[in-house]
Formats: sequence, structure tokens, C-alpha cells
Amino acid sequence: MSADAPLLVVKDLTVSFRSDEGLVRAVGGVSFAVEQREIVGVVGESGSGKSQTLLAIMGLIDSPNAIVSGSIRFMGQELIGLKRRALDAIRGRQIAMIFQDPMSALTPVHTVGNQIGEQVRAHEKVSAKAARARAVQLLDAVGIANPDRVVDGYPHQLSGGMRQRAVIAMALSCNPVLLVADEPTTALDVTVQAQILELIGRLRDQFGSAVILVTHDLGVVAEVADRVLVMYGGRFVEEGGKSSVFRAPLHPYTWGLFGSIPPMEGPRPARLAAIPGIPPSLSNLPKGCAFGPRCAFRHDACLVQLPIMRGESHRAACLLPEATRRQFAVQRPGGVEMQR
Amino acid sequence: MVAALGFRLGQMVLVMFGISVVAFLIFFATPGADPSARIAGRNASQETLIQVRHDFGLDRPLPVQYGLMMNRLFVSRDLTSFVNRGQRVIPTVISAIPVTLSLVSGAAVLWVLGGLIVGVIAGATRGTFVDRALMILSLVGVSIPVFWLGEVANLLTQSRWHDSWLFSWVPPLGYIPLTENPWGWFKALVIPWFTLATLYVGLYGRVLRASLIEMMQEDFIRTARAKGIGERRVLLHHGLRTSLVAFVTMFGLDFGALVGGGALLTEVVFGLQGVGKLTYEALQTLDLPMILATVIYAAFFVVMANFVVDVVFVIIDPRARNVG
Repeated sequence: MSADAPLLVVKDLTVSFRSDEGLVRAVGGVSFAVEQREIVGVVGESGSGKSQTLLAIMGLIDSPNAIVSGSIRFMGQELIGLKRRALDAIRGRQIAMIFQDPMSALTPVHTVGNQIGEQVRAHEKVSAKAARARAVQLLDAVGIANPDRVVDGYPHQLSGGMRQRAVIAMALSCNPVLLVADEPTTALDVTVQAQILELIGRLRDQFGSAVILVTHDLGVVAEVADRVLVMYGGRFVEEGGKSSVFRAPLHPYTWGLFGSIPPMEGPRPARLAAIPGIPPSLSNLPKGCAFGPRCAFRHDACLVQLPIMRGESHRAACLLPEATRRQFAVQRPGGVEMQR
Repeated sequence: MVAALGFRLGQMVLVMFGISVVAFLIFFATPGADPSARIAGRNASQETLIQVRHDFGLDRPLPVQYGLMMNRLFVSRDLTSFVNRGQRVIPTVISAIPVTLSLVSGAAVLWVLGGLIVGVIAGATRGTFVDRALMILSLVGVSIPVFWLGEVANLLTQSRWHDSWLFSWVPPLGYIPLTENPWGWFKALVIPWFTLATLYVGLYGRVLRASLIEMMQEDFIRTARAKGIGERRVLLHHGLRTSLVAFVTMFGLDFGALVGGGALLTEVVFGLQGVGKLTYEALQTLDLPMILATVIYAAFFVVMANFVVDVVFVIIDPRARNVG
């Protein structure tokens, strides 16, 4: 594998679940790549398929009713359909995951140090003592004040922020090449959030890891990401460099997302702009553009034709002519009025 | 920790006191259960009754009677049976304890091991043929009456196939003390152990399976899998370890109840002179002192077992450590 090849290449990844209401398609054929040392932010509202995409990469979708298809190549190796043993050699070692809810992500009956050490010892031949020392080191590195004490503490003895740091320390324990983080700051309060984000940003500098950061918080993405992927209804609708997407978003859904952030300057709006309607049901997706029924700019074609991602470095999946959209995007930086 | 322990011990003493009072009142102060009539025998004259009442202190106020009874039960230990004159109650119960304890402990080892194996295998292979077969088997185990199973075992090992190579080693029914002949003790108890454990293997296997399946849905199991530690370790070190709470609770209660006399049917079928059989015989003859002694003894073991469960909880679940 050459040095400049992408670390992770996902092609046509589909995740569906068999259910009473028929096939629920949580992720509908997404393709993207992550370069080495790159921080990719994935944004979208609840149920847009962000988490399922991450879980598919980690091989953690184990429901007997799940169907995962497509291709996930990590450092040239196909992960879909990989045997458990081979998968276990990669996850925790080369790809590590930070979970959304620090309250329930740690096993309540084992000490933090044991849980970190368990991962270290699963991948490296080290003594229990060395693993514990490594755990102390890691806890210190993620900014826990008294790592010697915390290492022997149980999860219920730690605060939410401390637990999330412990989970991050665990994810970092084997210096993973790729870190996938599923809403790592959602359950935390704002000051802790900022510290955790800073920590994730530092990871790349210290450990050289690439990061996929899933969130529904645009502020989080603005803070740390290099590149942004916007997800809606199980597909990507927009993809581009952070500054490009934030300065001139090209998809009506992204406009809606930015429009729902209160402006920092100027007169206070009487009502925060919201995207009308509700996200589509994944078991009954519209035939055309998934966002079509809620889009203020839709025309007849939107309801029948599925838009594909178009563009060079900054791409979007929309049937409106790009020139028209660029016009809209520039008209109102930082948010586009949804009501015509 | 020491304070919590002391608190629990104090609680135990209170519970024991309460139980002894209730047991005493039920058997000695319930209208119609006149103990003097029992002692004096059938067709005793009024004078004899009064004489007996006076001799045994049964004409004194109730609290005094209770005090006297407890004194004879625990301090002087000379309380004698109403039925078998001269048979002292306490030594009789004490001599029955090793029998019951041997029977129940051996069976407990079997059912804990069996329950763990059945529960973990069924939980890990959920929905497959193995799981279904194990669950049907354990349902059968739960449904078989222990006395029937015991009788069938006796029929096969004591008469039908006793002369075959398979069961010729089985000694005649009865108990052989461990201190006298350990190998004989083992041989005499193996079949009762399996008989008693059958029900509990099924019960514990089913409970453990359910609790394991529930735990394996938890978020921390996903974290454990993401660590790349292999499914066996995820299952045993994370899933099973957190599922043991229900298992330990049940074990404490069942073990206490069985040692307290609940193994009655097994003891009767296999001719083991244990506490259960003693209680059974005392109830048949309404031998009040014996009943009182066995009831208090049973209560003691149930309370003890609960105490041990609380201690084990603190070991298996760190979250229980800070709770007073």
C-alpha cells in the first residue's frame, strides 16, 4: 500500500434491517474515503444513519436481522465478511471506537484500569503490571487529574466527563491508526465538551491518528474537522472541505441545518428557523430525493429522481442546477432562509 | 465495612428473635393447641393436667413461658420431646444437621455447575437447536417431581439394576458419616445429590440464560467487542460476570431453605435422617418442642444464607459497596 493511498475506503455501504414493517434501510449505499491523519466530521440528525455507518466499519452490527453489503477497505483489507478472529486483530488495535454514552459504555463490575489493560493485553504481549502502568499513563494523557487513583476505580465512581475520558483512553491504548467517535460529546456538559474536542484534535498531532467524528452538532464539526460529510435519510447529501461547506453550503438540507443555529450577531430572530416536516421513515423512504418532501426548493423532478453526488472537491446530491444553488448559498452566509 | 457488617449481624439477631416469638406463639398460645394435653397424654384427668401445667410452667404468664422455653432450648438445652419421652430436642437436631448439610452442599455444587453450563451454553447459542434442546431439557428437569425421580433412582440402583456392573457400588439407603468413611459417604450421597440437583439445574440454567441474554444487549458489551478481545472473553468476562446477580440471589435463598429442612422429600425417599425428615415426623405427631427447635433452626439458616448473599454481592458487584 502506497503512503498516500486513503486509509479507509467505503464503497456502496448498505445496512438494512428486516422488520415487521419490511426492510428498514438505515444506510443506503454510502461511499467515502478517509485519508491518513484526517479528521472527518459526519453530521446529520438522529436516525440519518451516521451511527450505523460507524458500527458497520467496526463490524459491530450483530443483529441476526441485519444485512450489511458493499465494501469497506481498511489499509487495503476488506472488512465486510471478515472472520471474527481477523476482525479482532484489527479492532481495538488499528481501529478504535469512542461511544456515545459514557454512562453505559464501561462494564460496571471491572475497574477502569482492568478494562483498559484488557485491550492492551489483547493486542500486545505485556504483563498485567505493564498494562496497568500503561493505563495510568493513558489516563494521565487524557487529562485525568489523579490517574493513580482512577485506575483502580469502578465506572460508577467516576463522573460522566471522567468516564468519557476513560473510554477515550481505552480507545487510544494501542495507538489506533483510525479512531471512530460516535457523538463523543453529546452526553457531556459544555466545558467538558470543549476539553474532549481539544483532546481529539490533539490525537492527530500526538498519535497521528485519523478520526471519523459523528455528531449532530455543527459547532463540534466547526471546531475540529478538516472535511465535512452531511448525511440525510441514510445517504450523504453533501461533502466537502470544512471551510468550503461552512462558507457556501450547496445542499438545501445543509442550508436548513445552518439556518437553525441562532446568529451570533445582528438582531435576534423572533423564531429560530426550523426545517419543516419530520425526517423520513427509513422503512418507507420517498422515491426521489429523501429530503424532497421537506425541501422549500423542490420541483417535480425531485419527487421521482434520485439525486447523485456531483461536483469535484465540494460535492452535493441535489437536482437544482449548481449555479442556482451557489447563488442562494452566497446570498446569505451562515444560513439560508427556508421560508420563501 | 465493619460497621455495615455489625449492622447486618444486629439485624439478624432481631429477625431471629422475631421468628422465635412467632413460632412460640403459634405452637404454644394458639387456642386449642394446649401443650399440657399433649404432654399428659390421652384421657388424662383434670388433676393430672393441672399438675403437668404447673410442672412445665404452662400456668405462668406468656412472656415468662417464652423465657423459660428459650432457656431450656438454648441455655440448659434439656428440652425434651413430648412424644418420645426423654429424647432431648437439641442434640437430636444437631445430629441431623450433618446429614442435611452433606446432602444439600453436594447437590448445590452440582446445580451451580450445571446451571452455569446450561445457562451459558444456551445464552451463547441463543435461538439455535442447542439452545432449544437445553431449554426443553431444563423444563423437563424443573417439571419432574423430586420424590418420583428419587423413587425411580432407587428402583433402578437398589433393585432392578443393582446387580449389574453399573450400580453394584451403590450402598443401601441411609447416611454414612463423612468422618467415619469418606468414600462411603460419597457413594451413599451421589444419587441423592443428582436427584435433588435436577430441579435446580433446570431452574438456574433458565434464569441465567435470560439474564445473560439481557446483559449481552447492553452498551458495555459493544464496547468490549470493539476492543477486539474475542467473543468468549466478552461472554464470560463481561456478560456472565454482570449476569451473576440474579443467580447469587436465588442461590442464597434456595440453599438456606433447603438446609433449613426444605430437602424433606429427598431425605424421606432416600432414608436420610436429616432436619427435613425430623420436622416431618415432628409435625405428624405434633411434637411441639421438636417443631419449635426445627423452625428456629430453619429460620437461622435462611437468615444466615441471606447474610452470606449480601456479602457475596459486595464481592461481585462493586456498586453495592457504598450502599449502607
